[in-house]
Amino acid sequence: MKNAMKIDWKKFVSQNSIWGVLIVLVVALSIARPAFLSTANLKGLLEGESIKGVMAFGVMWAILAKGIDLGPGAVAALVSVVVASFVQPAELATRLIPGGTQLPVWAAIILGILIGAVIGAIVGIVIAYTHIPPFIATLGSQLICRALSKMYSTAPVSNLSDEFRWIAKGKLFGVIPMIVVVFIIMFIISAFLLTQTRFGKNIYAIGGNDQAARVAGINVEKNLILVYVWCSVCAAIGGILLAARTGSSDPSTSGLNYELDAIAAATVGGTSHTGGICRVSGVLCGVLILGVINNGLVMLGVNDNMTNIIKGLIIVGAVAFDMRKNTRKI
Amino acid sequence: MSQEYVLEMSDIVKEFPGVKALKGVELKVRPGTVHTLMGENGAGKSTLMKCLIGIQKPTSGQIIYDGKEVLFNNTISAMNAGISMIHQELSPVPERTVCDNVWLGRYPKKGPIIDKARMRRECIELFEKLGLELDPDEKMGNLTVAKMQMVEIAKAVSYDTKIVIMDEPTSALTDSEVEYLFKIIEDLKAKNVAVIYISHKMDEIFRISDDITVYRDGEYITTDRAENLTIDKLISLMVGREMGDMFPKVECPIGDVIFKVENLSSGRAVKNVSFELHRGEILGFAGLVGAGRTETVETIFGMRPRTGGKIYKNGTELNIKSPEGAIKHGIGLLTEDRRGNGIVGLLSVSENALLANLKEYGFPLKHAKMGTDAAEYVEKLNVKTPTLDTPIKNLSGGNQQKVLVARWLLTDPDILIVDEPTRGIDVGAKAEIHALITKLAGEGKAIIMISSELQEVFGMADRILVMHEGKMTGIIDRSDASQELIMKYATGDVAQAGAAE
Repeated sequence: MKNAMKIDWKKFVSQNSIWGVLIVLVVALSIARPAFLSTANLKGLLEGESIKGVMAFGVMWAILAKGIDLGPGAVAALVSVVVASFVQPAELATRLIPGGTQLPVWAAIILGILIGAVIGAIVGIVIAYTHIPPFIATLGSQLICRALSKMYSTAPVSNLSDEFRWIAKGKLFGVIPMIVVVFIIMFIISAFLLTQTRFGKNIYAIGGNDQAARVAGINVEKNLILVYVWCSVCAAIGGILLAARTGSSDPSTSGLNYELDAIAAATVGGTSHTGGICRVSGVLCGVLILGVINNGLVMLGVNDNMTNIIKGLIIVGAVAFDMRKNTRKI
Repeated sequence: MSQEYVLEMSDIVKEFPGVKALKGVELKVRPGTVHTLMGENGAGKSTLMKCLIGIQKPTSGQIIYDGKEVLFNNTISAMNAGISMIHQELSPVPERTVCDNVWLGRYPKKGPIIDKARMRRECIELFEKLGLELDPDEKMGNLTVAKMQMVEIAKAVSYDTKIVIMDEPTSALTDSEVEYLFKIIEDLKAKNVAVIYISHKMDEIFRISDDITVYRDGEYITTDRAENLTIDKLISLMVGREMGDMFPKVECPIGDVIFKVENLSSGRAVKNVSFELHRGEILGFAGLVGAGRTETVETIFGMRPRTGGKIYKNGTELNIKSPEGAIKHGIGLLTEDRRGNGIVGLLSVSENALLANLKEYGFPLKHAKMGTDAAEYVEKLNVKTPTLDTPIKNLSGGNQQKVLVARWLLTDPDILIVDEPTRGIDVGAKAEIHALITKLAGEGKAIIMISSELQEVFGMADRILVMHEGKMTGIIDRSDASQELIMKYATGDVAQAGAAE
């Protein structure tokens, strides 16, 4: 069709204005601190944001479905500590769990993802069938998962095997850090699910109007459960990466408040908390914007508290802008 | 009667980004009259009213109210000046009492404390003055829609109002409640209050209107006394062309029984409903609001639990537990509540059209086929939309409805249930939807049509099933049907056993 070929510039600009914000930030920072653009710094920035980014690609689904997930940080902690306990040198592994053994790296990863999936399924079932507000349900799952991870191991688990650590520290083609590769793969999967599958279309409809979705023959419960499963699986992958990147897992601090950064990234990226609006490219941009701000403010020597104030303002500002944009059209 | 106008709006222009909703329209309202605004959806009636009461700001134009030029910034200042609007969708606070709702936002105070005694006393006085039988201490949420509307009217009048705007006030009322509303309107007129009335229902309009103003596509067409107009003349003014028959009923051959319902029940809402449906047949469901017609089709469609009875299609019993299951068995339901459970406002026209049919497009979704299918049906049903990607919420009610019809046609159902298919949509779209339903029946589909407009049921249906308080009171053949007979069944005036056929 001819019309499809014509690009609607106005729409394009309005949908992608957030990338403009990112470009302005990058340009301003590289003028103020030329070192910002150095390969080492950019690589560090990407590596640092990858984990939260993976979680953001999960949590955006919950927000799209008019929900929220406060669990990812704690799920990541639980998964990271369990997985870590299986990829320690044999003698340490035995010390942690009586009769414990080492697992092959791939088996440990699958185990971690399965734990995430099971937690997500439970949370999803509770939300879909009891209609408890997702905020409350996932506040519960956050507390429970954090407690479970501390019960699993009272002390940090460290000395993880190098084969395991490769999934974060390794280099593809000797240049691209594996952790960034995983981040990109998760981006592609999310984009594919969201735009190329029935599942994605269903979630847009459920977030936009769940009653209408139901009447149109969509199994709302099943789809909601899948959303929270996916969200938790993303958190689990984040947890595995976290353990692999740092080489250890501390049940009480690993992944702490990561869900908030993930929610912030999804929100800044234009995912609407009133449901039904989300673009993966926007979320990617949100992740990068928050990363650039974090990194840039450190380079500018702004202290930690000030950084958080600026981040807070940006998040609130982004949502205020979003609300304006979306209500104006009525 | 005084020739002076209480309200004169002239050259009102309202522009939205990309759309000129009002192109310099006028409205002159005489005090103590009912002035009806007519026009298809999207003609600009609601926008004009919003400009009047300060929900929206006119781009340009002049409003003279009570001899002075005014421009309200919000509804509160409009109300204080004596202009109130009763919206199509009421917005009460359901958890508070009737009395609280009347005084909402302007509680009388004694010092810093709310004067509850005065609130209650004045509320009762107000109800007495209007002859309303309402309990000020009842929780708002317990009232019927009609009663809530009475509360809204009382609230409007309590502002010492000169103009009351009513936007489709009767769409959710039963006939007796409509009578009651009209009585109140007469009382308002007697008190020299002007009523601006927006409605699509012709019989009502001619009963109560003094003046009628017609708009079309954001333009002012004409204002005339009601007695100088006829229905046909009004319709042609509204659509700008002569209308064909509103109900293009074509006799088409009725086939075998395709669908059968036996003793269907759902809690207290639906009790022992039984009927057969043939291929090519339109079965009308008549009854008063709350008779259980919507609940019956919702039970068939799996939206509410079936507590008894059986459903058969082509002789096989169906066990439908969800809309998903119903769609699998070739049943479609165009619901009554278009905004509540019909459209997904944020999604585009094409996404809304394809929503029930996504299974057809495989994994990964075949976007090209989705595009051509959506385009085909949008064209077939004559949906007026800038592009396929336009969010459906930007379309008028009639066009939204056509997209929803497209949604069900794409699933190619054998049985299509339509619940109030033309409620709140304009005359042009209405005729198109009627023609479409008739055409589908001609293609051998079986159709159940619920409608509260008796004319529509008469015009379209082959047989009419009448319900009263959850029970089926009769099935009437087209040839035997009369308004009186249907009303008899609908009001439960006939013994249930006496189903005429």
